[in-house]
Amino acid sequence: MSLYYVQKLLYQLNRDPHTRSRYDSELDALLADYDLDEKELAAIRQADIGLLYIMGVNGQLLMHYAAQRGFAWDEYIAAMRAALAEHGDVRAGLYATIDGKGAA
Amino acid sequence: MPLVFAGVVSHGPGITGRYEQADKELREALYQKFYRLGAELKEARPDALIVVAAEHFANFFMDNMPAYAMGMAEYYEGPIEDEQWLGIKRRKIPGNAELSGLIVEKLLRHFDLAYSQEWQFDHGIMVPLNFLTPEYDVPIIPVNINCQGPPLTPLARAYDFGRELGRICAALPERIAIVGTGGISHWPATPDSGRINEPWDREFLERWLSNDRAALTSYSDEETYLAAGQGGFEIRTFIAVSGATEGCTGELYFYAPIPIFAVGCTVARVNLPH
Repeated sequence: MSLYYVQKLLYQLNRDPHTRSRYDSELDALLADYDLDEKELAAIRQADIGLLYIMGVNGQLLMHYAAQRGFAWDEYIAAMRAALAEHGDVRAGLYATIDGKGAA
Repeated sequence: MPLVFAGVVSHGPGITGRYEQADKELREALYQKFYRLGAELKEARPDALIVVAAEHFANFFMDNMPAYAMGMAEYYEGPIEDEQWLGIKRRKIPGNAELSGLIVEKLLRHFDLAYSQEWQFDHGIMVPLNFLTPEYDVPIIPVNINCQGPPLTPLARAYDFGRELGRICAALPERIAIVGTGGISHWPATPDSGRINEPWDREFLERWLSNDRAALTSYSDEETYLAAGQGGFEIRTFIAVSGATEGCTGELYFYAPIPIFAVGCTVARVNLPH
């Protein structure tokens, strides 16, 4: 797990038009710049918003990535809820460290 | 001179970005109070407006996260988010580098804050400005308190930071206003988005309105998270305004949970002595 680098990728995608351009034109090269494991790479390539939430990505980063990938607000919320039902509790990051589950 | 205006407001991106999904009557009541606060701010004729915000990984990230940061630029830009998503057009916002630099220099005597000459405002600042200074004609001095990526600055430290900021402003000739933007309880951008703990919010507001430092700073981060969500960490911005206006009570203009805005929407003003 390299949650930090997943979040760093999303942080830079959210704030930097050049990174967004690279996402569209040379995704492999962009992803190679980050220390990501196979599961993280797959979740990003598939824009699996729910699984990224379960992996611990902070919603303040994830909601913008979801919007970039075409998720309307209700679809974004639904993706996370579906992932909780499918995968169980959040595994890392802020949401897991205090209450250990990530949602009420 | 002493601060010429002080208040606190919510900043949830849904307030502008998902406005059409909210109950129209409730939404308009909120907007009206936002605009009222903006009109009163204008009447105070500020030379600069300090916005104490809790940004959301727009400029500051865990590679180098300052507990406190202040903008020190001639101008800023925002929103960093997609214009359509937030419902606010991107623009330049005037700053005041010289005044910022002076305040930073004085704050550094007591607080090791970071400064920034390049800052893209996110919804945490843009949503308040959209209502309070819709002409974007007041120079902004942004302050960020890290409320997103723990470990976080202690609440008492946030109060004391605000107190020092207020003292510094009081000794300057400029007419300076301050607005804090944040929480109160909310679970933004999570599956619990829309959940709001109204009793917790009202208890917090009682403490804020009476500027009760001991009560305001008595929460632990763990109990805040459990009762008020990760968005509850943003009470630091309200508490900093309390510090800047120590001894002053407040007046609540608006509070109502609006789930599609993902927060108990709040507009309140500090009763300054002059």
